[in-house]
Amino acid sequence: MSAAPTPPPARTPAPGGLPRREFLRASLAAGGGLLLSLWWPSSARAEAPGADDAAGDAEDFAPNAFVRIAPDGQVTVIVNKAEMGQGVSTSLPMLVAEELDADWSSVGFEFAPVGEAYVHPGFGIQMTGGSTSVAGMSEPLRKAGAAARAMLVLAAAQAWGVEPGTCRTEKGAVLHDASGRRAGYGELASAAAALPVPQEVALKDASQFLILGRSTRRLDTPDKVSGRAVFSLDVNRPGMLVALVAHPPVFGGKVKTVSADEARAVPGVVGVETIDSGVAVIAHGFWAAKRGRDALHIEWDEGPGAALFSDALREDYRKQAGTPGTVARLDGDPTAAMRGAAQVLIAEYELPYLAHAPMEPLNCVVELQPGRCEIWAGTQFQTVDRAAAARAAGLQPEEVQIHTTFMGGGFGRRANPASDYIVEAVQVARAAQAPVKLMWTREDDLAGGYYRPMWHSRVSAGLDGAGGIAAWTHTIVGQSILAGTPFEAFMVKDGIDETSVEGAVDLPYAIPNVQVDLHTTQVGVPTLWWRSVGHSHTAFVVESFLDELASALGADPLELRRKLLADQPRLRAVLERAAEEAGWGSTPPAGRARGLAAHYSFNTYVAQVAEVSLEGGKPRVHRVTCAVDCGRVVNPDGVVAQLEGAVGFGLTALFHSAITLQDGRVQQTNFHDYKLLRIPDMPQVDVHIVPSDEKSTGVGEPGVPPVAPAVCNAFFALTGKRIRRLPLRPEELRG
Amino acid sequence: MATELEVNGSKVSIDGDPAMPLLWALRETLQLTGTKFGCGAAQCGACTVHLDGRAVRSCVLPVSAAAGKRVTTIEGLTGQPGEALKAAWIEEDVPQCGWCQTGQIMSAAILLAENSAPSDEDIDAGMAGNVCRCATYQRIRKAIHRAAVALGGGR
Repeated sequence: MSAAPTPPPARTPAPGGLPRREFLRASLAAGGGLLLSLWWPSSARAEAPGADDAAGDAEDFAPNAFVRIAPDGQVTVIVNKAEMGQGVSTSLPMLVAEELDADWSSVGFEFAPVGEAYVHPGFGIQMTGGSTSVAGMSEPLRKAGAAARAMLVLAAAQAWGVEPGTCRTEKGAVLHDASGRRAGYGELASAAAALPVPQEVALKDASQFLILGRSTRRLDTPDKVSGRAVFSLDVNRPGMLVALVAHPPVFGGKVKTVSADEARAVPGVVGVETIDSGVAVIAHGFWAAKRGRDALHIEWDEGPGAALFSDALREDYRKQAGTPGTVARLDGDPTAAMRGAAQVLIAEYELPYLAHAPMEPLNCVVELQPGRCEIWAGTQFQTVDRAAAARAAGLQPEEVQIHTTFMGGGFGRRANPASDYIVEAVQVARAAQAPVKLMWTREDDLAGGYYRPMWHSRVSAGLDGAGGIAAWTHTIVGQSILAGTPFEAFMVKDGIDETSVEGAVDLPYAIPNVQVDLHTTQVGVPTLWWRSVGHSHTAFVVESFLDELASALGADPLELRRKLLADQPRLRAVLERAAEEAGWGSTPPAGRARGLAAHYSFNTYVAQVAEVSLEGGKPRVHRVTCAVDCGRVVNPDGVVAQLEGAVGFGLTALFHSAITLQDGRVQQTNFHDYKLLRIPDMPQVDVHIVPSDEKSTGVGEPGVPPVAPAVCNAFFALTGKRIRRLPLRPEELRG
Repeated sequence: MATELEVNGSKVSIDGDPAMPLLWALRETLQLTGTKFGCGAAQCGACTVHLDGRAVRSCVLPVSAAAGKRVTTIEGLTGQPGEALKAAWIEEDVPQCGWCQTGQIMSAAILLAENSAPSDEDIDAGMAGNVCRCATYQRIRKAIHRAAVALGGGR
């Protein structure tokens, strides 16, 4: 997987807008190896690279290293990004290993602790999201590798009494060809650690790459197929208890009364505690906790949340979409252009709330000791979680240690500004006075909130009567993800949450008069970024409606896009590549039709052509051909895997997923009514990477947005029926 | 009350509620955490283990139903076709997040035991009970074909 998630796109400047300065430090690792740290002090402390960290954090006195070389030559890359399937535990080590000239078979990885050295270069906090890991870490990790290599070379040169420039490196060793001498990195590590860190390092030219750009097997696969990989749900601590929490049946509900006698009588239950988020049952093991929770009798003060109905919300959104919202983009004079248009088309598109539903349900292990809190969690949001855990534990952030484990999917759910499952676990551990593993069941996960918002879009276009599009307007209605979070300060501008309108305000097509406006709704349903964030709805609307316009104009959908993308060469190139590879323009197999979509997100360009049929009334997707331009590629097979997975993820949303509410209660409970794509419905996915020497960009998310429009456009080509509401209802295609 | 069964070749005794699903005996009592929890409702297949050579969903199977029987988990999946499958999974670089993959391999092992040369359709039918949210399905198909060939079958 993918990857996933997502906060704010990379175009956002670092908070504060000040340039960061980098410093490299070297030290001896425990055991005598070389530790090299790339140091990213915040601007306020920029002149003191060795100085104490943010809040005088004791942990950050420990080596903040990205690379460690042991005396036996083993290279360990410290991965500061969460591995949720997107492949960072391979791609980030590749970046270091390339410049280090490491022997790839001696390269391993570890997940980073929380520390200033590991913050996101753009956001200033330690986090994984926005498809930014490779994009943001390429340069610092390459420099870390290059600096380590330079020091190892110097150490060898000094030992041999030769000029460093006469030495070279290859597969984890320094060589001096003139004298035939060779020393492995492990042998040189201690001496190298005593040398000054170079202030400047040269990076390789791409033509010299031996590792980057070559398909490389994931380092985490062997442990994931053997069952040895440790996810937080697999963590066991001495004396650890398991807790389940009964959450209110509606969002915002509070506990009124609890009758816990029956729960306490369940063998294995050791405690029942009311915490902020509900009532926790603490027990020896999951089963006792589950039985105990089932035996609770709780009276809830449901509050206004009980009045929420998603159908009523849809009606409300529809009404709002008919009125002008806050303008997010205005080019020309769309109103006048519409008035003068030969033909005006209007359409409304609807998308539901969606749960992330990672396969590993949310969980967190917490061990509290006086003045100390130790956490094991699959998290995309270490800095935020640490601060929240500290508040919940009554400690300072530096007294909280987070062990980031593998995570069984994230898709954005494990990057929660409220740190909901972390805080809940700390509160339970405080109450239990014992190490606790907080677990959510699948039912808890689906009903527990933090969904992709429900969206309504009203789009209109004015055709000029000469085959052109004179005007385009797009009114978006939905909740803000960022309002009320720390991201609001720099990602909500003039009332526009940029994640609500991304993919719409940057409409790439050359249309002279454009307006995009937004109604931000206030609904008591917790929302969150969901793999591809705003693009997950805007791409469906934009790419479907453009297809509607092509049909109205009698134009080929590819040709219309090509014409309108004359000044968008990279987007146009992926579109042309996908079309060519899919055989666009040739006659599809009998009973099938093709549709296409292209979308730019997270600085990456993706186009997809879907080939579909209706077999016995059942919609089928046979093949999806993808073309992607993500700049210079680190691990080509990793890119392919992300695009394959994105297609499946997008098809799940297209065919199956909706979270709906009645009386404030989420109607979906488990995978029988929140269905996920299964193997018989997985199409053949072919991925074509468009070569590029541009800066590397992300691939965890950008494959998702084009899926739904490409497939729905194909169904339109097949049936003449236009899908404007997700998930797709097959009867709409038959009618 | 104790339930006696055999797990990965060893006799074990599980104390406590015989209605407890086998999954928790494996994960919590025996610390065999390669078997995963995904839904608790036999919907996703992440908890798949072998019971006397059949694939079962351990999240809904009471431990009492395993009394006197042989349970194999991913940790005990040695020999063929398990080794061939694990090797094929690595060759095709199947996993992404990885949570579901041990269950996928356990299901695939039974599929290959029953059909040494499965077609894509056979694989789809045999693996439809195992969900992968990362949608690694295309590689799962390839890996099963690869393992089948390695085992002398395949197509």
